[in-house]
Amino acid sequence: MSIFVDENTRVVYQGLTGSQGRYYGLLNRDYGTQVVAGTNPRKAGTDVDGVPIFATVADAAAATGATVSCVFIPAPGVPGAVLEAAEAGMELVVVITEGVPAHDEAFLFNKLRRDHPDVRLLGPNCPGVISPGKCNIGITAGHIAEPGGPVGIVSRSGTLTYQALYELKQQQIGVTTCVGIGGDPVPGTTFVDCLAAFEADPETRAVMMIGEIGGSAEEEAADFIAEHMTKPVVAYVAGVTAPPGKKMGHAGAIVSGGKGTAAAKMEALTSAGARVGQNPTEAGELMVEIVASL
Amino acid sequence: MDLFEHQGKELFARYGLPVPTGEVAYSPDDAVAAAQRLGVPVVVKAQVHTGGRGKAGGVKLAADLDAVRSHAAGILGLDISGHIVRRLWIEQASDIAEEYYASFTLDRSARKHLGMLSAEGGVDIETVAARDPDAIARIHIDPVDGLTQPACRQWVQAARIPGAVADVVADVLVTLYGAYVDADADLVEVNPLIVTSGGDVVLLDSKVTLDANSTFRHDDYAQYEATQTRDEREQAAHSKRLQYVGLDGSVGVIANGAGLAMSTVDVVNQVGGSPANFLDIGGGANAEVMAGALEVINNDPAVRAILINIFGGITRGEEIAAGIIEATRRVDIDSPIVIRLDGTNAAEGRELLEPHLGGALMMEPTMLDAARRAVELAGAAGGQVQP
Repeated sequence: MSIFVDENTRVVYQGLTGSQGRYYGLLNRDYGTQVVAGTNPRKAGTDVDGVPIFATVADAAAATGATVSCVFIPAPGVPGAVLEAAEAGMELVVVITEGVPAHDEAFLFNKLRRDHPDVRLLGPNCPGVISPGKCNIGITAGHIAEPGGPVGIVSRSGTLTYQALYELKQQQIGVTTCVGIGGDPVPGTTFVDCLAAFEADPETRAVMMIGEIGGSAEEEAADFIAEHMTKPVVAYVAGVTAPPGKKMGHAGAIVSGGKGTAAAKMEALTSAGARVGQNPTEAGELMVEIVASL
Repeated sequence: MDLFEHQGKELFARYGLPVPTGEVAYSPDDAVAAAQRLGVPVVVKAQVHTGGRGKAGGVKLAADLDAVRSHAAGILGLDISGHIVRRLWIEQASDIAEEYYASFTLDRSARKHLGMLSAEGGVDIETVAARDPDAIARIHIDPVDGLTQPACRQWVQAARIPGAVADVVADVLVTLYGAYVDADADLVEVNPLIVTSGGDVVLLDSKVTLDANSTFRHDDYAQYEATQTRDEREQAAHSKRLQYVGLDGSVGVIANGAGLAMSTVDVVNQVGGSPANFLDIGGGANAEVMAGALEVINNDPAVRAILINIFGGITRGEEIAAGIIEATRRVDIDSPIVIRLDGTNAAEGRELLEPHLGGALMMEPTMLDAARRAVELAGAAGGQVQP
């Protein structure tokens, strides 16, 4: 099994007619994802390399049975696009777009929780989600992930996720699902959401979690691990030596007022029983050890 | 984006919030002219993107024009926590009866906005929090509802704001919250929010940080962009649209992706070196972006070795290798370069790089090996006597 998406997932791409949407949407289709529709109110009735374009997500869902949306709309249009997808009954909305203002993210999170509590938002500013061999939504390079199990991955960082996927593949260790939650201040889906889903997924038997400085998502994950996880967790946190008050590339990666340091996060995760690697390679090695002992 | 105090106050004024009248000055002459127009007494205030101005002697009351001139001359050029004062704000002096504290920011773990209010303003809020945590009233605001009048009134009461000014303070806070949201601020902080002896509520100071991601709906934010404090390296990187943070070591770091770049900086430290910077060139690694990154790093005189750490995802190894080769052709590099290339088609990429290796360009198989090599080279080069 896998979490959030699998071989039966039917996906509509909001922004499939744009350059990024087209490029990654078609790459996702080549991977095997059921890319069933795109939307663009001005191009309804046309197609992108055979994928039909509809005016709205609701039209696309009615015609194709799509239940998941992937958003490649530029930042100003993201709140509208997400609410449109939620109103059309999408179960999961994956927002790849970066540069969405934090106020919009905070608004969206609370609006969805209130009016559409069953809709899961992943992102914004995330690489997407991949259940290797089944479904790849977003910008992850699918071929560097080994299908199967027993490892589930959740990460705030794109390239570090690729690194983890790649290192596991070198050891022929399979991955059930890899979720990129993104590096923004208010992500729609958190570490805790993913840890809970992996804990409930019978095929996932160990979890790798890749965090970074800023906020308290890793500390919240540590609390969850201590109280609810029976499966082993390997963690890595980037930014140990990041200077305070500086945004390290991601909008959410900032140590402010002495809070959100990598050291505090690693300490919390270690105390919760997770194995914490000092660098990505060490985290990979720890996971290899754990998988060998399962 | 951090705003100067006066920029924050000018922004507040656009929302109808009460701020003292003042003018910007860049010289003692400017300051005197401004004070003449405003009428003495005035306060001469250093405009820097850091706190602790008062303690550093960056805020002075001037009773007459001679005092304005001497204070302005004394404050301009002052070093406040590494920030050199280049502009002043000359402001009509206020008659302070009470000092409060107010701020709005995003509470990431609650995923709601957080308002903080205290009747004990004018001092560092951390100090207040340490001495008497109950002196600060907190309110979580759902972004969908905003800050309602009834909720605000309760909050003001909880903060022990005297009843005589409670309604006025509540109105100011509702407007301030509106400004915080409308301006896409990461933070607005007013310390102190004062009551004058005449009973007027005035925002006497401002600390405002705006979300750089929101510029698409704020055409006027280019003015703030232009006044950000950056060192020369950061400015050069910024103009090339590179994600760069200056550090003070000798190993220049280039990586693709924020997480990998942070991790690379960590690993350089772990193997005993010190990174000169954090630099994320983003998803792809074409020749132009790579050349721009190398230029920025190469212009940093502290750099003794360069570590390029690339993990190919969608972008293939051979494209990345071609980008690096082309970039090293375009930019004359002074320091040795150590490359770690992994991921999609890494073997093809390494093959392309092979004929260019030797001399100043070298390759290592892993991130740790590459970091060790770069640190070693930085140490060796650092020991050389420059001609």
